[in-house]
Amino acid sequence: MTKHRGRGIASINYPIGMNLGGDPSQALVHSNPSGKFTVSLSSIDLGQGMKSVTRQICAETLGVPVEDVYVDTADSDTGPHCMGSFASRGTHRVGNAVMAAAKEARGVMMEAAAEELEVNAADLETDGRGNIQVKGAPHRSISTKDVAIAAQFRQGKTISGRGIFLVPLSDVDPETGEMSPATCYAHACLVAEVEVDDETGEVAMVRMDSAYELGRALNPRLVEQQLVGGAWMGVSHALYETTEPYYPDSSHGPRDFVEYLMPGPGDICPHDIAVLERPAADGPFGAKGPGEMCANPALPAVANAIFNAVGVRIDELPITPEKVLRAIKAQGGARSQPRR
Amino acid sequence: MLELRKDIFADERDDNLKEIGKGTQRQDMLGHVTGTSTYFDDHKLQGMLHLKTVRSTHSHARLRRIDTTDAERSPGVRRIIRGADVPRNLNTLLSLINFGIDDEPSLAVDKVRYKGEPIVAVVADSPREAYEAMARIRIDYEALPSVFDVEEALKPGAPVVNETYPKNTFTYYDKYDHQKLRFGDVERGFGEADHVLEQRYQMSPIEHAPTETNGSIAAPDTNGRYVVYTSTQALFFSVDTCAKILDVPSNTFHFIGGTVGGGFGGKVDTITEPLAILGAMLTGRPVRYMLGREEEMQYGPPRGAERIYIKDGVMRDGRVVARKVRAYFDSGAYTRLSSYAAVKCAAHLPGPYTIPNVYGDVYCVFTNRTPATAMRGFGVTAMDFAIECQMDKLANLVGMDPMEFRILNAYRDGDMKAHRREAKNTALIECVQVAAEKSKWPLRDQFKRASSRKDGGGSRAVIPPTPRDADAQRAAALQQRTTYDRAPAAAVREAPPASQPSPPPPPRPQAPSHGAARFSSVFGTRRR
Repeated sequence: MTKHRGRGIASINYPIGMNLGGDPSQALVHSNPSGKFTVSLSSIDLGQGMKSVTRQICAETLGVPVEDVYVDTADSDTGPHCMGSFASRGTHRVGNAVMAAAKEARGVMMEAAAEELEVNAADLETDGRGNIQVKGAPHRSISTKDVAIAAQFRQGKTISGRGIFLVPLSDVDPETGEMSPATCYAHACLVAEVEVDDETGEVAMVRMDSAYELGRALNPRLVEQQLVGGAWMGVSHALYETTEPYYPDSSHGPRDFVEYLMPGPGDICPHDIAVLERPAADGPFGAKGPGEMCANPALPAVANAIFNAVGVRIDELPITPEKVLRAIKAQGGARSQPRR
Repeated sequence: MLELRKDIFADERDDNLKEIGKGTQRQDMLGHVTGTSTYFDDHKLQGMLHLKTVRSTHSHARLRRIDTTDAERSPGVRRIIRGADVPRNLNTLLSLINFGIDDEPSLAVDKVRYKGEPIVAVVADSPREAYEAMARIRIDYEALPSVFDVEEALKPGAPVVNETYPKNTFTYYDKYDHQKLRFGDVERGFGEADHVLEQRYQMSPIEHAPTETNGSIAAPDTNGRYVVYTSTQALFFSVDTCAKILDVPSNTFHFIGGTVGGGFGGKVDTITEPLAILGAMLTGRPVRYMLGREEEMQYGPPRGAERIYIKDGVMRDGRVVARKVRAYFDSGAYTRLSSYAAVKCAAHLPGPYTIPNVYGDVYCVFTNRTPATAMRGFGVTAMDFAIECQMDKLANLVGMDPMEFRILNAYRDGDMKAHRREAKNTALIECVQVAAEKSKWPLRDQFKRASSRKDGGGSRAVIPPTPRDADAQRAAALQQRTTYDRAPAAAVREAPPASQPSPPPPPRPQAPSHGAARFSSVFGTRRR
């Protein structure tokens, strides 16, 4: 029995958003009389951080601290329309809608502050800490709370904003496939190192190194959470998972997590990630979306690493020990490729 | 460990923002880590009933007889729901954007098309009483031949899975059984190539495996409305789908969700809400319908299987000059969203590379298995697996380092992509370079110096002369696009090269001549 190590790479790009039928999302932003803002959405937080990323976008655009913004998601009576949380569209599409709504609300807030300070709104700026001040004369300032009170009880203004971001329907040419399928693209390259046991066919992950380009990383910790989890989802897809182990024969389908295999804590390896930020012209603060694409490069990188380790190509997912072992046998033993 | 490479593309960014770029703690963190975040299933309502579905034991069968008389007398049973009780018992998800034909019942009536298809719903006081009643329902099946392989399903004489699509393929633009991509002349490319490599790739279905399975709770509200707590990933898709199936205005419903225990694409299909609401309508009580783990794994929609053939022509110096792809999406018994994935997949070809000749045929095929749906990377994941395994093989074939091989072929700013749009804002080369650096993978200087912002465009920006398919002429007379009933966006098309006869202008979409106006809260008023 020998364990063979090998390295494989894959590089990919990924379209952000969907094109079919048009791709809109809306957002509403309003302030209460204490200068605290609510973002109303019908978008969904699946655990990926939709509430948090839109909260930061709203705070940055309004020029208020993030603590002064709360995001309320997914109520069909109060939240305006959103297509949904899929197709890597959350950060980009919903983020843009929130940005537009926050801009409109900011406009009213600055007008109200200008009236209180008796200056021109164009001469005002936010300090990001909850105050609005005259440019170059920060001692002439008013808190957003006082502005909100004045707007509500004296001036009769609503500090609120509506936002929509729509990517119009792209027709597809039936003959050539000409279309605009997405507005921007994220990129990635991943190097996987594996160890293959030529007696059992088992593949163990040794380490991963990767580079992901996502436009702007609006919240690096949320990005990290996506990239780490996503790469493991890709590894799991490559080596473990299927609901039909003998596809296209549909028998022997797993019914629970005892039968449906996924990597456990003992199967995890180090993953060193670099994030590149090339802002998208139409993204909120340049953001694209890390959600889906981070899983994709792991699958082929693992398959290519297995080839480098033992010289067999497994072109059918998942790459189970049975498939690896049969391929090694068919080839007359492991044939390690030049070490990379 | 995560490293932000601020040195790269620094001139394109403003890094001096106050909130953006900070690792601020999540708004919902405290709730999540203390177990106090509210999910749909946390709404335990007074008098709540439980809905379970009797599922087909056959992959393909005619339903001869369904006898529920015993079950109706079973203790705790409040209501048995049959297909005839569903106001509009035929739907397809993307009908909301006028893409595809209604092809799937909420509850099977005359025929079942996959093992696990819901036939009867039982609403009872407790899950246990629902299961006990289900055991007393008798269904007589007349088994029919099944087809499970995507290529078998396309052969003449294959069993017809879904009568809406008698050829077992989704219909594109009312005339094609696949989505085409045509860019340049692949056959000429293969003729010029030093090596040609054709390979087959296969991905089996996988499960989304969310912590929280699909489910919803519907309850009668005041003033004739219904409140619905749901795990949906797409609130208004679900609202509108329910309004259509139950044939009521969409503002009948107050949907509440937004905090979901993992989706990954498996919670777009609105599989529990229509029956939960119907149960609430028929009993006047709150009704909960949540999939168990086995249901979620085997009968909840998976990421569908794909089979992909790739044929590439490559030069000795490593340039890929032609790529021809034939891909089959296994949609299972109904369309759900695979029809759309095939279009997205075609647009993704040939991957993040500039290849002068690209040809793609992507099929959405019906088989007698659980309908597939979206999943993380939808339409792209399996294709990336195939393309990147293929790229590794090609690098090997011409004796090139696989990283350098990718940099050589990578798309750059200004290149023309195969779906006829200019590549902008690209960064594949930089990702490869940084990954090489991190993994201590040696690259030669010329590849370290390469840039996405250099050496693109020019001759690489040209749309090459592209031969038309033989079937395009024949079908032209019948040409009718999918009947989007809003004004199409004015498409600005580049003038074709002078050497090419100019193609006839694309016909305007025809307005549908039948059906009444229908309001959709997702897409506004439309005729159907």
